[in-house]
Amino acid sequence: MPSLKDLKNRIASVKSTRKITKAMQMVAAAKLRRAQEAAEQARPYTDRFNAVLSGLAASVGGSDSAPRLLSGTGSDKVHLLVVMTAERGLCGGFNSSIVKLARTRAAELIAAGKTVKILTVGKKGREQLRRDWASHVVAHVDLSAVRKLGYTNAQDIARDLLGRFDAGEYDVATIFFSRFQSVISQIPTAQQIIPAKFEEAEAGAAMLYDYEPSEEAILADLLPRGVATQIFAALLENAASEQGARMSAMDNATRNAGDMIDGLTIEFNRSRQAVITNELIEIISGAEAL
Amino acid sequence: MADTLQFDLVSPERRLASVVAREVQIPGADGDMTAMADHAPMITTLRPGVLRVVHGGGSDDYVVSGGFAEVTASGVSVLAEQALPRAEVTQAVYDEMLAAARAAQGSAASDATDAAAKTVADMVAVGEQLGFAAR
Repeated sequence: MPSLKDLKNRIASVKSTRKITKAMQMVAAAKLRRAQEAAEQARPYTDRFNAVLSGLAASVGGSDSAPRLLSGTGSDKVHLLVVMTAERGLCGGFNSSIVKLARTRAAELIAAGKTVKILTVGKKGREQLRRDWASHVVAHVDLSAVRKLGYTNAQDIARDLLGRFDAGEYDVATIFFSRFQSVISQIPTAQQIIPAKFEEAEAGAAMLYDYEPSEEAILADLLPRGVATQIFAALLENAASEQGARMSAMDNATRNAGDMIDGLTIEFNRSRQAVITNELIEIISGAEAL
Repeated sequence: MADTLQFDLVSPERRLASVVAREVQIPGADGDMTAMADHAPMITTLRPGVLRVVHGGGSDDYVVSGGFAEVTASGVSVLAEQALPRAEVTQAVYDEMLAAARAAQGSAASDATDAAAKTVADMVAVGEQLGFAAR
C-alpha cells in the first residue's frame, strides 16, 4: 500500500505528463494543418504531371525505344525498397506500420528468390530495420535537419535513386510511405516508382498533341522528374500522416493520463480516509481503556 | 471566338498563377514560342528562361528553371520545376539558381553533359536578360 505522500507525488507527475502530451497534441494539430496545406498545394502539379506522363507513356510505351525507366531493365531480380518514415517517435503506430509493411514485402521477395536492398528515409525506420535487416540496408537519407520539406529534398533522393538505377544496382524500386486519410486513419502504402507504372489512361480522352522536341525526348526528360514528383508527393503525405498519427496518439495519452489521475485521486482519498478512521479508533479505544 | 485562354503556372510547392490571359510567351527547349487562344495542342519542355503572360491588366513575368508546358486550344498549363515571379528574383536568388545549375553540370552523367552545359548557358542568358551578373 503506497503512502499518502507517494500517491501525491504520483498524481503530480501524471499531471505534468498530461500537460506535456496535451501541448504535443496541440503542436501536432498546428503542424498537421500546415502539412495538409503543403500537400494540397502540391496536388495540382502532381495531378497534371501524372496525366501528361501517363498519356505519353501510353503512346510511346509499346515501342522498343522506350526508356529504361519505363520499360525496366528486363529483369526483376534486385528490388530496392525505399522505406520512408518519420524522424521522430511518439506518433503511435505510424513508423511501425510502415516498417511492418516493408518487412512483409521484403520477406515475400526473399522467399521468391529475389535480392532485397533497403534504403531508409527518416531515422525511425532505420532504427527499426537495423535490428534484423541490417545487411540489406544500403543507404540512409537523413532529413532531421530539414525544417520545411521542399521539392529539393525530393530531388536529392530522386537523384540518388536514379544514380543507383543507372549503375545497375537494382531493377525495381518501391517506396513505402503512409497515405493520409484522416487524423485517425493513415494507410501504409507501397508504390512502385521504377520502372514507372501508371493507371491505364482513358484512351478516348487522350488528346493528340504536337511534341517539341520529340515524344521520346520529352518522355526521357520527364521520367526522372516523375520520380522526384512521386517522392515529393509521398514525403508530403508522410508528413501529414505523421502529424495526424501523433495528434491522435497524444490525444489518447492525454485521455489516459486523465483516467489515471482520477483513479489515483480516488485511491488517495480512500487511504486518507483510512488514516483518519484509524486515528479515531485509536483515540476511542484509548479513551475506553482508561 | 474567344480570344483569351486560361493560364496556369504550378510548381511542385505551390500554384503561382491562374489567370485568364491573352497570350503566353513560353521559353521552349527548342526556342521561344507564344501561345494564344486556339493554339494547336502541344507539349514542350522548357529551358531556363523568362515566361511572360499578357493579360487584360498588363503583363506578368516569371522566371522558370525548367519543366514543361501543355498547350491546348483553351489554355496553357506550365509545370515548372522551380518558378518565381520576376519581382522575387534578386541577385542573390539568381546566384543560387546559377550555382544549382553549375552543380548539376559538375555531377552530370557523361551522356548528359551537353544538356547540363546548355542549362548553365541558358541560366546565364536569363541573367543577362534580367540584368544580373553571372558570377
